[in-house]
Amino acid sequence: MGRSADRLSLVLLFTPFALWIGLLIVLPQLGIGYVSLREKVGVNEFTFGFGNYAAFFEEPIYRNTLLRTAWISILVTALALIMGFPVAYYIAKIAKERSRAGLFLMCLIPLWVSDLVRAYGWILLLRETGVISTTLVSLGIISGPVEMLYNDVTVIIGLVYTVILFMIVPLVSTLQGMDDALLEAGYNLGGSRLTVFRRIIVPYAMPGIVAGCIITFMLTAGSYLTPILLGGKNSSWFTEQIYTQFITRYNWEMGSTFGVLLLIFTSLVVWLGLRLTGQSLATTVAKE
Amino acid sequence: MQGSKSLVWVFRAYVLIFFIYLIAPLVAAGVFAFNDSMFPSLPWQGFTWDWFFSASDPKVGLLHDDRLLRGMGNSLYIGVIVAALSVAAGTCNAFLFERRQFPMKSLLYILMIIPLVIPGVIIGISILLLASMVANFLDREFGIFLLSLRPGIPLIVLGQFSFLTTITSLVIAARLQKFDIALEEAALNLGASRVRVLTTVTLPFLFPALFSAFVVAFLVSFENFNTTLMLVGSDAPLTITMYDRMVKVGSTPVLNAMSVVLMLGSGLLALASVLAQRPKKAEGNAAAAAMD
Repeated sequence: MGRSADRLSLVLLFTPFALWIGLLIVLPQLGIGYVSLREKVGVNEFTFGFGNYAAFFEEPIYRNTLLRTAWISILVTALALIMGFPVAYYIAKIAKERSRAGLFLMCLIPLWVSDLVRAYGWILLLRETGVISTTLVSLGIISGPVEMLYNDVTVIIGLVYTVILFMIVPLVSTLQGMDDALLEAGYNLGGSRLTVFRRIIVPYAMPGIVAGCIITFMLTAGSYLTPILLGGKNSSWFTEQIYTQFITRYNWEMGSTFGVLLLIFTSLVVWLGLRLTGQSLATTVAKE
Repeated sequence: MQGSKSLVWVFRAYVLIFFIYLIAPLVAAGVFAFNDSMFPSLPWQGFTWDWFFSASDPKVGLLHDDRLLRGMGNSLYIGVIVAALSVAAGTCNAFLFERRQFPMKSLLYILMIIPLVIPGVIIGISILLLASMVANFLDREFGIFLLSLRPGIPLIVLGQFSFLTTITSLVIAARLQKFDIALEEAALNLGASRVRVLTTVTLPFLFPALFSAFVVAFLVSFENFNTTLMLVGSDAPLTITMYDRMVKVGSTPVLNAMSVVLMLGSGLLALASVLAQRPKKAEGNAAAAAMD
């Protein structure tokens, strides 16, 4: 094959990639960056500056919504890790060879069901006329129906539910690669169960933990349906603010500012996470 | 395993509780589709198929609910187009990154993964904004009015394509990586042309990955909400129609009937994609990563 043909085929392969990344990812992101720096002073008249960002930091409602979203997202990530790790460990290490694939597949089922259906299911379980409340009343455990929707605990339970599988999947695939001999060696050298867990299992699973945490955190911070449907009108979720600014108020300048802030914030957390654990994006999120 | 018997039992109990937690809302969403009642809640009033098939008020079943059916039609249409486009682009990307060397490759590789870590809402607004800017510019400068740059199905397709291509690229590249290049060389030595080798050796090897990538892209597109919400026009896909119904009108068991159909449909498709990829298991990881 000639060099020119080689070059031509490289160009042909490169073009779709360049068009995709350039037109649909880079340019649109630059677009919201540009609009976020624009301030409307009259009809079709704009000035440029950091006014929108200043407005964000001056308005406690906006600021607090971002902080709240951040704090809940971190909490949800931690909970998903704590709740998901034993399940992943069971599937990868304790379950018998035969049942392993079945268990893993069962874990994946809810993943294939739309977020909307899952949130709807939670609503049917938790609302005042819902299954849990009605059952508790008819069993005589509580005297009247209780509303379990529209509070932070419910939002957190629902969020953990939506994202936990994204934690379990990478954990299972890293833990499956661990040789049981490592554990045996740890015990033979006199390590207690806790020591083996802390010094062998956790370091081994670190790439999976980091990958799971990144995906979980990004999904939570960017989620929309679960906080809105389970948290109700007062869920104060940051993506809801973006929607309100963009679609309801048609204030694209402010909406873009919020978008950029969310993006900066989530990237910062992901970067910090990668930095602290010494991993890289290519080896965690894109793995397999 | 070094752990004692009791520890294993604690594990088992925990995993069991966990699976109940996983399955409970799905059961709740599914069961009430068959309850002979106007509301998706207890008490149980007896079994019925009305919420699927009934044609008359007050119980309008799924098959006669025009808005839901239209939403489903739009979602299928969008899903197939997006899946086909993203598999095509993903195949090019897989060959580009697995087979070729070029300057700044690792940087561009990171750029390829980035769409997975941008929140869906932001992908939505950024594409909406750019399309509107282009549309306004064309209108102002040339008097061209392009409807397809306004919110609607074309923008939804672009928005979903932009992040699904990352997933399809990763799935297909993972398979291409396992391909033994000697097979291609053998075919070439035996006198086959490049195109012939591609269509008779390489693509058949890739087929399971292409199929899974298509199914995953279709499912993620079908279920996507966040990006779609920002780009939706008058032809709303199913998730948006269902959401509107839930928030504004209040839910009747017809939504549960829809949920049952969705669960069965996505379950079957997922199973087909798993079976197509039989000996492997890890793609789910990348596939999973964008279902927000």
